[in-house]
Amino acid sequence: MQIDVDLGSLGFSDGGHLLVKRALRTAGPGESITVAGTSPELEIDLRAWCRESGHTLRFEPKQPDRPAHAVVTNGGAETDRWSGAQRAGEADAGQPGAVVSHASRHWGLAARSATVEAGSPEFRFNLVDKIEVWSDDAARLYAQAVAAQWDPKTAIPWDTPFDLDDDVEDAVVQIMTYLIENETAALIVPSRFIAQLHPHFREVMQLLAVQAADEARHIEVFTRRGLLKRKQLGRSTSGGQASLKTLVDESEFAIASFLLSVLGEGTFLSLLWFIERYAPDPVTAAVARLAAQDEGRHVAFGIAHLTQHLNNDPSYRPRLADAVQRRHDALQHTAGLNAEVFDALVLIAAGSWQPQDLRKGHQRVMELTREMDEGRQKRLRRLGFDEAEAVELSSLHTRNFM
Amino acid sequence: MATSSALVMGAVAYDPKVVTIWDGFQKYFGARGLAFDYVLFSNYEKQVEAHVLGQIHVAWNSPLAWLEAERVANRLGRRAEAICMRDTDIDLTSVAVVRSESMIRSTGDLKGKTVAVGASDSPQAKLIPLNFLAECGLTPERDFRVLVFDKLVGKHGDHIGGERDAVRALLRGEADAACVLDRNHPAFVREGTIPSGATRILAQTPVFDHCNFTILDDAPGQQIAQFRDLLLSMSYADAEVRPLFDLEGLKRWVPGRTQGYAQLSAALNRFGTIDAFVDNLAPRCK
Repeated sequence: MQIDVDLGSLGFSDGGHLLVKRALRTAGPGESITVAGTSPELEIDLRAWCRESGHTLRFEPKQPDRPAHAVVTNGGAETDRWSGAQRAGEADAGQPGAVVSHASRHWGLAARSATVEAGSPEFRFNLVDKIEVWSDDAARLYAQAVAAQWDPKTAIPWDTPFDLDDDVEDAVVQIMTYLIENETAALIVPSRFIAQLHPHFREVMQLLAVQAADEARHIEVFTRRGLLKRKQLGRSTSGGQASLKTLVDESEFAIASFLLSVLGEGTFLSLLWFIERYAPDPVTAAVARLAAQDEGRHVAFGIAHLTQHLNNDPSYRPRLADAVQRRHDALQHTAGLNAEVFDALVLIAAGSWQPQDLRKGHQRVMELTREMDEGRQKRLRRLGFDEAEAVELSSLHTRNFM
Repeated sequence: MATSSALVMGAVAYDPKVVTIWDGFQKYFGARGLAFDYVLFSNYEKQVEAHVLGQIHVAWNSPLAWLEAERVANRLGRRAEAICMRDTDIDLTSVAVVRSESMIRSTGDLKGKTVAVGASDSPQAKLIPLNFLAECGLTPERDFRVLVFDKLVGKHGDHIGGERDAVRALLRGEADAACVLDRNHPAFVREGTIPSGATRILAQTPVFDHCNFTILDDAPGQQIAQFRDLLLSMSYADAEVRPLFDLEGLKRWVPGRTQGYAQLSAALNRFGTIDAFVDNLAPRCK
């Protein structure tokens, strides 16, 4: 007679159990297989294993026409375990239905397309609906972000010698101080949502994580530039902090994404390119340029995800408008942009204390605020706001830029 | 008898998971119309006493507790019954293991040696294997020394720690053999307590049974019938049941049987392990 599993001298607990398991799985519940082997402990180990696994076991002594062997009957526990399991979507987000519209909290941390055992614990993720978080562009933007990571140690010419007037250096330090607190808000906001996001939306989770890592790097390089020639940083105003606090306190993902990425970081893009252009030294220019490149991706994701959201639910648009109005109302009695940041921007754009240069510097900063306004209006129109709404909402945006 | 309308079960708290398990069963039974509650004891002797005194209706008993309850009941002219057990309580064996390089080849070679065992009240890691060796002609403490690793006495070896300590003593050379439940030998290899290939099995006891749900002759018949029916209908395919089964170590409940306690009963007769307990409890329960 044919023995289904002949373990030879392989011990049952030295890996032999894998062969028996495989044969039982192939046979299926209620079906029997024959097992033989010469390991002295096979009988003992097989008996204990079958008992624990819910299989039944019978030993058949050696006969003239067949060797001594065990008959193991599949008790069906493995099939029972997986009987109510669910497939957590499909791996390839490009396939229709791969990313489900509502992710089960019972899927927990399971990877998309994994088979999840019924009865798995429920996780308290708040963001479980595709419409709230998903963008088809997330995977592409994530790949782009990963490829564009730069090393602060080597990407910035830290050792290039330069010497600035004390006033100009102070202006750069003040700008860096301001950038750091803004980038800190930009790190905290996506980080808070990562912890609330259902991991089913893997690409969005990864993109937000790399976004937070971008901000961590920005904070590092702005800090390092600020302290390059000084022992301490500049001033932080209550008006600036109040503006950023409204971002940190925003509990709704789509609104936070709109205020931070589309309006705030969008505005910041103009600012960073401005700093890069008028930077008085190569280190300042490099940190601003590298940060601006990263921020561009953050803005792109905000727009992509909100565009998709609004295509699926156009009635959400007025809520975004309300959020801008609410934030404006909350901030209307605050000072807005730190006056010393404004002055510092004028000074670096002027390049000297000469009155004619200062006039030019001031004009350039005014031009910057116009550019920021136009950029915001353009992005608002891309989200489907009409011309008048875009003009109005842009004008209500915080004077603190972010 | 307990006065509450709920069916009250006793169990021994040998591990914090016991609360999770019986809370889960309480919820399951409650949802199916059986009011059920449980009481935890720190040791089986107290549970048997409470059972015979009518403070609980049913007891989740170790094999030793089953025999304690049965002997006290018999002494009182009453009857104990095992109504249900786990599939994993059926046909267990214990093994005596030695170091691979040991010169000990048969049980007879243990003469004059040291045998490490688990808790003093562990059926599987002390009482049954020592009785088995006695059947082989070796009287404990006369023909070989017994090294006992008492862990949580009163819990009848439910805690695996005594067996683990016995195996460690074997590996350290403080004992020449160690007695453990059959499934624990490969488990100790998997967890790293025993280096792979460091031990071999010297002998295996005949099969015996383990825990059961015990009732006495005054148990509320209808509630017990419902309890037993619900147990037997529980399925491992049910996602609500499966985590409880995984914690309690079973795939299905099976009807109780008592023929698997003969070896342990013989061990108790040979060593007189529970004589004092029975002598002391029975008169107090009249």
